[in-house]
Amino acid sequence: MSLNGFPLAAKLLLRDWRSGELRVLAAALVIAVASMATVGFFADRVERGLTVEANRLLGADLVGVFDRPPPLSWSQEAHRLGLRTNATVRFPSMAVHGERSLLVDVKAVDPGYPLRGALLLAPAPGGAADVARGIPKPGTVWVEERLLPRLGIGVGDAVGLGEARLKVAGILVREPDSGTGLSFLGPRILLNAADLPATGLIQEGSRIQYRLLVAGPIGAVERFRDWASALLAAGQRIEDIREARPEIRGALERAERFLGLASLVAVALAGVALALAARRHLQRHLDACALLRCWGASQSRILGLFAQQFLLLGLVAGLLGVLLGLAGQQALGLLLRELIATDLPAPGPLPALQGMTMGLVLLLACVLPPLIALSKVSPLRVLRRELGFPGMGGVAAYGLAGACMAGLILWEAQDASVGGWVLGGMAGLLAAVSGLGWLFLRLTGRLAAEFPLPWRFGLANLRRRALGSVIQMAALALGIMALLLLTLVRGDLLASWKGTLPADAPNQFLVSIQADQLQPLRAFFAGNGLAAPVFHPMVRGRLVAINQRPVSSADYADDRAKRLVDREFNLSWSRQLQDDNRIVAGRWWKPEEADRRLLSLEEGIAQTLGIRMGDSLTYDLAGTRIELKVSNLRQVDWDSFRVNFFAMTPPGVLEGFPVSYVTSFHLSRAAAGVMDRLVRDFPNVLAIDVAATVARVQEIMDQVARAVEFVFLFTLLAGVAVLYAAVGATRDERVYEAAVLRTLGASARQLRAAQFAEFFAIGMFAGMLAAVGASVTAYVLSSQVFHLPFRFNPWLWVTGPLAGGAGVAAAGWLATRGGMRHPPLWAFRNAA
Amino acid sequence: MSENSACIVQAIGLSKQVPSGGQSLAILRNVGFAVGAGEAVAIVGASGSGKTTLLGLLAGLDTPSSGRVLIQGADLFALDEDARAALRGRLVGFVFQSFQLLPALTALENVMLPMELVGARHARDAALSLLARVGLADRMHHYPKQLSGGEQQRVAIARAFAGNPALLLADEPTGNLDPETGESIADLMFQLNREQRTTLLLVTHDEALSQRCHRRLRLHGGVLLADERI
Repeated sequence: MSLNGFPLAAKLLLRDWRSGELRVLAAALVIAVASMATVGFFADRVERGLTVEANRLLGADLVGVFDRPPPLSWSQEAHRLGLRTNATVRFPSMAVHGERSLLVDVKAVDPGYPLRGALLLAPAPGGAADVARGIPKPGTVWVEERLLPRLGIGVGDAVGLGEARLKVAGILVREPDSGTGLSFLGPRILLNAADLPATGLIQEGSRIQYRLLVAGPIGAVERFRDWASALLAAGQRIEDIREARPEIRGALERAERFLGLASLVAVALAGVALALAARRHLQRHLDACALLRCWGASQSRILGLFAQQFLLLGLVAGLLGVLLGLAGQQALGLLLRELIATDLPAPGPLPALQGMTMGLVLLLACVLPPLIALSKVSPLRVLRRELGFPGMGGVAAYGLAGACMAGLILWEAQDASVGGWVLGGMAGLLAAVSGLGWLFLRLTGRLAAEFPLPWRFGLANLRRRALGSVIQMAALALGIMALLLLTLVRGDLLASWKGTLPADAPNQFLVSIQADQLQPLRAFFAGNGLAAPVFHPMVRGRLVAINQRPVSSADYADDRAKRLVDREFNLSWSRQLQDDNRIVAGRWWKPEEADRRLLSLEEGIAQTLGIRMGDSLTYDLAGTRIELKVSNLRQVDWDSFRVNFFAMTPPGVLEGFPVSYVTSFHLSRAAAGVMDRLVRDFPNVLAIDVAATVARVQEIMDQVARAVEFVFLFTLLAGVAVLYAAVGATRDERVYEAAVLRTLGASARQLRAAQFAEFFAIGMFAGMLAAVGASVTAYVLSSQVFHLPFRFNPWLWVTGPLAGGAGVAAAGWLATRGGMRHPPLWAFRNAA
Repeated sequence: MSENSACIVQAIGLSKQVPSGGQSLAILRNVGFAVGAGEAVAIVGASGSGKTTLLGLLAGLDTPSSGRVLIQGADLFALDEDARAALRGRLVGFVFQSFQLLPALTALENVMLPMELVGARHARDAALSLLARVGLADRMHHYPKQLSGGEQQRVAIARAFAGNPALLLADEPTGNLDPETGESIADLMFQLNREQRTTLLLVTHDEALSQRCHRRLRLHGGVLLADERI
């Protein structure tokens, strides 16, 4: 074999390109890489952007939390890495004005606070809020509005804090890190750290939380996290948004899944389009291969020549795709700049590399089986044209191709369950379509005699090309299914997701309600025209033994486990399972099991503490020990902002222990005054306002939904490419057949009708299967991947078959129109 | 006949059976002959007499049920498929009834391709001179579909002679052409056969064409009926 392979391959490729042979394949590949790269670039940027956005809720990218002043080394290391830092101090204290006093949550900040997000400040109660410039001047404080009526003061009045008297200079409407970390003690007072010594409140033994806010480039933050994690001592921990806020973490994780799914579907579709285009391309090279064999080229030589051509094609198309992807995501970024309040970070180089690599792997997977089949072409074909495509490319080739495709999808999914469902769904659909397609062809064969001539001819055509027709139907079904998923199911999924945090999601919590306050509280709600919320009983207890073996934080390496063991648990009881909870192991108790010492544990905490079904847990409840047997594990939707418990028992087990109640409810902005009255009437009840947090999560959801819709647009393109490639797969044959029929005297009208019949039948059948596939996929995605309620969409069943039939008929007409218009002789001459 | 080197092709006891409807159908039965260097031999016979099958076996494109083919003394079917292909590449040129030009390549590129495949230098110059010899120098940048049938076959002949083959196998080379064009194509083939001392082995049912050869092998029902010198 000569060594002139690569230049020759390049030359052949160039010749193929010039003659127009390669365009469909190249276009499919460019679309594939462009969509992967666009999604990759954009998802990468949006993800990073969303992280930054979420960090605004933390006021930083990372927070070090300490029970004594943070070691100097922390800020030194942060500065060395080019990060900005800011120290805050938080503690509970009493604010005093005249006779009145109120428990408040004090926060002292340094200039530069916050590092992420912004403080919103109003000049007076109810005034227009604006972004605050800087922090309170020394001698002044900014306070939450609800503090004013409780102390009976207004803006400009002085409030006593320890030994200092500080003037109220503004109303704090929103602060980025309002809800994180410490318990919600009372209204916030924000003061300048310079005033802190004058208050005299910082003393040995005070309950003070020191926080070191850190922000800067992502890489540096990561390095700082690694550095700091290794040094953590007792009384020190690191918080980032994902650890600090489970509800935000949930939103981000779902966002990542949505975006990942969008790019995943693009990859799968691009693969189908490529496979179809590659098969057609190689089929058109059968004669060339037979000739090469005739002239003495070995199988490996032919394989090598084509492989090199595809490699070159892959590199060039990949590069083009990446450039297009870069332009696409830039355009998206510009388009979304108004929608996404975040400045998206610049695109990273990784998606480009990934796009190129994935393009090549995809090409390999799609090209290998027909290529191997091609290299086996009999040279005898030069004498006997009737020798067709040499069968399959061998089990190994299909195995390798399947493995490549599966690997790509799993990698793109970044999640075995999502990837597995998509892969399984595709394989299942292909198998189902093949079987049903075959049945469909048999059935139309029996019924064909009842149809008018053009339909009979069109349907006969389908049967004659049985294998081709089934492949075409499978590809079309997959393409239509993707389009249905993208247009209808996507909307349903996003709506379900937003539905998990509806506009009336709870935004107020009441804690430490005493049993004798339940009745007056219900009356209070009724008196204010509000529906009384559900009050959940709560008993505090410490976990002291698992299966009679004493447990201590020293038994665990995991930080979260240590913290869980050290702190008190809130136990509750309930007859019924809360509807945002789901049993994942065991079963919920029956009514007759009341009084039984059973325990329902949240799945995550069980995992963290290594607790299994059937284990017995001993709690110390106010000095009395009680042993409970784990009878089920629950998955809890922490994003719902409803009251939830890690540990629950049947009724009748905990009633004798000191109990308090907790509840959550939604309060509209207009009814804000209700809370002031409630706190005044029930001074011991701790009221926690999470309205700002709920609103921010809802905002994030909206942004994610928009980003996902834009990303799906590109997936849509890949779906269209599949339709085009699927219709184009039989284009040569059709044009040739039409020429034969016209030579035999068929009218253009008859031909069009026959072709319409064929395409419409294929499209409608594929559309029907696609509707089934999309419904099943939607169900699986809802229930297994996104854990959202499934919404059945009847429109799938109407839109699928009708749009499938009409769309494929139209696409078929467009694709073969050119060939039909030419005189028959042209078609004969162009027949490959 | 002895297996000597002056003999370019030798068929010994060639038979070919194919399964057909549960039975075995004999397409060739015990065919044997030898062709010397520079000879022009026509294989003639009615449709279905086994001509094309014989040609396929002589080129090593197909395998026989029994028998041997020697090309310059090398036993074709003792070689594996890739080695047969290599031998073809070195020694054999082809002309087909349906021309078999690659539609994506221009006339010039079609002629260059076999030379490029073996990494020959000056492929372009050689191809240009061959195209000039078949009278198509001015059509070198045209694609096959822009050429007439006769022109396409001339390109195919130029391509067949590109590697300077010792043996040219032609399958009904004028079968798709009108008599006049067929005549000029035959002229061209025989001219190149003389000039390059190429052995010519052609399958045809055109009596006039077979008359121009040195010998005529007549097949009937897969059996070699006659080996006539003309």
